[in-house]
Amino acid sequence: MKPLVWVFVEQEEGKVHPVSWELLGKAGELAQELDGVAEALVLGHQVESVAREAISYGADKVYLIDDPVLQYYRNEPYAQGVINLCKKYKPEILLLGATPVGRDLAGSIATSLETGLTADVTGLEIDPKSKNLIMTRPAFGGNIMASIICPNHRPQMSTVRPRTFPLPTKDPSRQAEIIREELGLREEEIRVKRVDFIPKDKVVNLEYAEVIVAGGRGLGKAQGFSLLKELAQLLGGEVGASRAAVDAGWIDYEYQVGQTGKTVRPKVYLALGISGAIQHRVGMQNADFIIAVNTDPKAPIFRIADLGLVGDLYQILPPLIEAIKKERGHGKA
Amino acid sequence: MNILVSIKQVPDTTNIRINPETGTLVREGVPSIVNPYDVHALALASLLKRLYGAHITVITMGPPQAEEALKEAVEFGADRVILLSDRKFAGADTLATSYTLAEAIKYLAQEAPFDLFLFGKQAIDGDTAQVGPGVARRLGVPLITYAVKLEIIDQEKKEVIVHRKTASGVEVLKVTLPVLITCDKEIADPPFSPLPELIKAAQTKPEIFNAQRPIPYKREKLGLKGSPTRVHRVYTPQLKSAGDILFVSEIGVSEAVEKIIAVLKDRGIL
Repeated sequence: MKPLVWVFVEQEEGKVHPVSWELLGKAGELAQELDGVAEALVLGHQVESVAREAISYGADKVYLIDDPVLQYYRNEPYAQGVINLCKKYKPEILLLGATPVGRDLAGSIATSLETGLTADVTGLEIDPKSKNLIMTRPAFGGNIMASIICPNHRPQMSTVRPRTFPLPTKDPSRQAEIIREELGLREEEIRVKRVDFIPKDKVVNLEYAEVIVAGGRGLGKAQGFSLLKELAQLLGGEVGASRAAVDAGWIDYEYQVGQTGKTVRPKVYLALGISGAIQHRVGMQNADFIIAVNTDPKAPIFRIADLGLVGDLYQILPPLIEAIKKERGHGKA
Repeated sequence: MNILVSIKQVPDTTNIRINPETGTLVREGVPSIVNPYDVHALALASLLKRLYGAHITVITMGPPQAEEALKEAVEFGADRVILLSDRKFAGADTLATSYTLAEAIKYLAQEAPFDLFLFGKQAIDGDTAQVGPGVARRLGVPLITYAVKLEIIDQEKKEVIVHRKTASGVEVLKVTLPVLITCDKEIADPPFSPLPELIKAAQTKPEIFNAQRPIPYKREKLGLKGSPTRVHRVYTPQLKSAGDILFVSEIGVSEAVEKIIAVLKDRGIL
């Protein structure tokens, strides 16, 4: 039997997290090296369209568990569903997004299957000799990179950060089989019940922003972020922050970029008053272009910046905002 | 209420430095702290104790010096503290760690079953967020990760409401105890410790569990031996090469602004 490279497809109300398609693209590459197949797991309620979408993103087969119990994500039924599928089909590799859902789920699955799990992976390759999966991740706050293998247990599991791999091209004409499976759990058996959901006013989508205006300790005060927000809005981007700014309480954790925050790869990343500790750099060094403004010429951020400006961000920001407003006005006229 | 909190002593990663000549970690002088998220788990236990009365057991796995982390737990009001320490535990990945912790918890639960298991949402040295979920599986209790609020709605029926952060909002979940919760920072703030607890902490000697006593662990499931994952290679990440560094004091503010505008145009943002 051909080795199976599996991807758990994460969806909320039928809307798929792009990391799942990024992983499906990578799974295709890994499967090729193993002479195997890339397959998708779709769990949810009324999600057949998601199964078809998975095929168009490269799945050679889709396992679909469609059950009202899976209406929204909960650890217990989702873990049970994936564990049952793994026991039945014995995949070689199982990949999940390193998202709140993926991380919640992966630890439960790996423990029940008594296999290894590598978190927050930023690189995947097949060892040409042993055919083991080599999973690379930052360790010790990003100070070192560690390659991890799981030689004697299957599946080899990892959670992978969004934006680690490119989004594959969608091909709606692709055809593949959809296998329907039963969950085998009733609502009464599930111990955690959702009684309410409070949606966020604004979902911060840092991972997929094209421009990020990020601030750090150098802002000196929480109010500094209002200037950054204005600039980000003008550019159609998002605000980001270093851990120092988040720890200071100037901005919410969900804006944090870095090893303990999000991994981003915008077209342009403006690092304002960010010293660029390694733990921050691992989250943003893959930006296409990095502009850094900092008063300290020795700040490590300048070692990776494409354009480094040594100076006071409060001197540069107001005239920059004015200049962009002018440009925008020009464009509209 | 009988509460178990699991904590970890970690190096303060914000203080880790790399030796620029050898490219290796400089471990000397790096202070050890209680993992910051675990501090909030302890704070929640402490709050519940003050509100409803509770017995708090705190466990940690680590080298002998992890005793310091347990002393800190006593400052938070821990009634019993246990250090799981043995060379055979060393080198454990998350699977072996969750086994070691879960067996200890099962042993302790023989005296009195636990209602609530509290973990931090992740440890800042490994950032895996896998041990809490692993222990929940091994204990067969429901899991709620990324919890930001816990309310007891019915003490008698042991019903609680837990708020859980997701990517798109906050879920309000209802569950009957026991439950294992991994805590985010918002769950509770560390209290000021009263003097008697500080004195008690200073005098605390934690109970030590090793690989044989009081639990006869299965050797093959411990430490490096019990870990499916192996470190294949470790290396220092390469920095991408830097571009121009310009002093605003030399080129002037308007040229600095022009440079930024030029990049934004070049990259199709403007």
